[in-house]
Amino acid sequence: MSASQATIETLARILAAHDGLEGPLLPILHAVQAELGFIPEDVQPIIAAHLNISKAEVHGVVTFYHDFRAAPAGRHVVKICRAEACQAMGANGLADATLAKLGVAWHGTTANGAVTIEPVYCLGLCACGPAAMVDDRVVGRVDTAKMDELLAEAGA
Amino acid sequence: MKIYVPLDSAAKALGADAVANAIVEQAAARGLDVQVIRNGSRGMVWLEPLVEVGDDRQAFGPVSVADVPALLDGKLKGHGKVADIAFFAKQTRLTFARCGVIDPLDMDDYQAHGGLVGLRRAVGMTGTEIVTEVTESGLRGRGGAGFPTGIKWNTVAGAQASQKYIVCNADEGDSGTFADRMIMEGDPFTLIEGMVIAGIAVGATKGYVYLRSEYPDAIKIMRQAVEIARNSGVIGGSVLGSNRAFDMEIRVGAGAYVCGEETSLLNSLEGKRGVVRAKPPLPALEGFLGKPTVVNNVISLATIPVIMEKGAQNYQNFGLGRSRGTIPIQIAGNVAHGGLFEAAFGMPLGELIDDIAGGTATGRPVKAVQVGGPLGAYFPRAKFDTPFGYEDFDGQGGLIGHAGIVVFDDSTDMLGMARFAMEFCAVESCGKCTPCRIGAVRGVETIDRIGRGDAAAVEILTDLCETMRDGSLCALGGFTPFPVMSALTHFPDDFATNKEAAE
Repeated sequence: MSASQATIETLARILAAHDGLEGPLLPILHAVQAELGFIPEDVQPIIAAHLNISKAEVHGVVTFYHDFRAAPAGRHVVKICRAEACQAMGANGLADATLAKLGVAWHGTTANGAVTIEPVYCLGLCACGPAAMVDDRVVGRVDTAKMDELLAEAGA
Repeated sequence: MKIYVPLDSAAKALGADAVANAIVEQAAARGLDVQVIRNGSRGMVWLEPLVEVGDDRQAFGPVSVADVPALLDGKLKGHGKVADIAFFAKQTRLTFARCGVIDPLDMDDYQAHGGLVGLRRAVGMTGTEIVTEVTESGLRGRGGAGFPTGIKWNTVAGAQASQKYIVCNADEGDSGTFADRMIMEGDPFTLIEGMVIAGIAVGATKGYVYLRSEYPDAIKIMRQAVEIARNSGVIGGSVLGSNRAFDMEIRVGAGAYVCGEETSLLNSLEGKRGVVRAKPPLPALEGFLGKPTVVNNVISLATIPVIMEKGAQNYQNFGLGRSRGTIPIQIAGNVAHGGLFEAAFGMPLGELIDDIAGGTATGRPVKAVQVGGPLGAYFPRAKFDTPFGYEDFDGQGGLIGHAGIVVFDDSTDMLGMARFAMEFCAVESCGKCTPCRIGAVRGVETIDRIGRGDAAAVEILTDLCETMRDGSLCALGGFTPFPVMSALTHFPDDFATNKEAAE
């Protein structure tokens, strides 16, 4: 499968914007994901050719990092912190209840495509846990009632 | 009248934005002359959103939107001056002196509170003189390893190369730590100033901050701060009008814990998989793109300005043994008064937990604390007299790491925490070395065997931990045994109870 003309043009623009950077691959991948919502398999050869590295190297980087997606996420991403400080405040129970309520596993998306639930290991909100993040918005002291509110806002 | 409402993530996570908006709207409706300033956090997270009123900074908090009318009427009950709140008054704020005090993106405010004094002094010094000053301050790496900062700088300064780099490790992934985030959101110029001084000291003209993607607010503020610093001539072709050049960029990580390890961070910054590099060569000699590179933690670099401002001796006067200066201790988890407490090294762990932080949030007894992030040991109450210092914690089979303390109450299942440590290592392992990549997976399975009542598995787990500790390339695999073995050693009942239940 090769990339569509629109994707090729988007890529050309992103690649041009990152010319001259030292170590440009992560900034490029972040930009691609910000525009396209994920890193399509078919853009990897274009990036590889532009940076004069192998397709395997690009693929290796895309798959190494938790942030980069191989498929689009739901319209909103809710991240629930699983790290120790939040666990000390009941994060495991919150996560279990949330996953059960939505009927999804970690990284799963609700059937209506509204919300993807992901684990995150520390948001730096360790003195007001359990913590969560809805897209880029941080939320502290999340209990199941608060989570229900957040999920309702996100349309889950 | 000035009203301060923090823009810090922790304050925002507890509703600060809504409170700030309500103050602006209701003050306008009443025709009050109110200027709302978004400051950083003072670090008293249990009081967030902590609103401060007037030049004498009267503190109110936690303030909700419903409290705003009473606040504007002067009828809300407060805590008196911020500086008089016991948690704050007991601190020695050097690195965090401005955090929460100033508007983080106001360069004039920064300079009115001692900002750029250190850099002005540094531009008039030789690199060798700066390195000597930093060495004499006794500052050690605040990321966790505790390596003397001046000695690392000296290695880079002595290296001959066409280009050298300053890389700031802002990949603060340890649970229970948020000092880097707080300073980047609350006083970003101090980090920038520290990096410029480092650049002048070692002859580096380019710097990068590798900032984790889990901190979107810090990323935004740091990017704005770099722009402002460039427009103010703090960075660029001529630092403060001198013949020194230094410029910098903010780079965003991609959700890999292991990239907090300096060599995998460098690989990631170069656009590669974040796998660990074998040392030697040291990054100080062959770091970013193979060039001599200073890799320092945010707090190490953010402490440089105050050292240059007040002198090495002033900084060196604080502390205990070989742990000199102050340390921003982050008290988190199940804690009544959680937050950031900057103090000279040496305060006993128990005093921090019981007196300063007031015990647990749930009101139940403290069972254990984990110091130093997910790779730090669990300490029982029996070790609460350990003074907060690098060697002191090492001597007790632990580490201070990035100085985060996570408090757990007596409902915590320590076998579960040990299992989580192995699970986390398996999720985050870079995969380069076998003890970490395979060992962590086997570790989870072995702890599950213990949980099912298989007493023989304890010996296997102990042996596995020894292999991981001695055979791993970096601290991820090498230190995961700390939480696992400390849980097993200090809380044998949690491992035994599971056994009996299974029988």
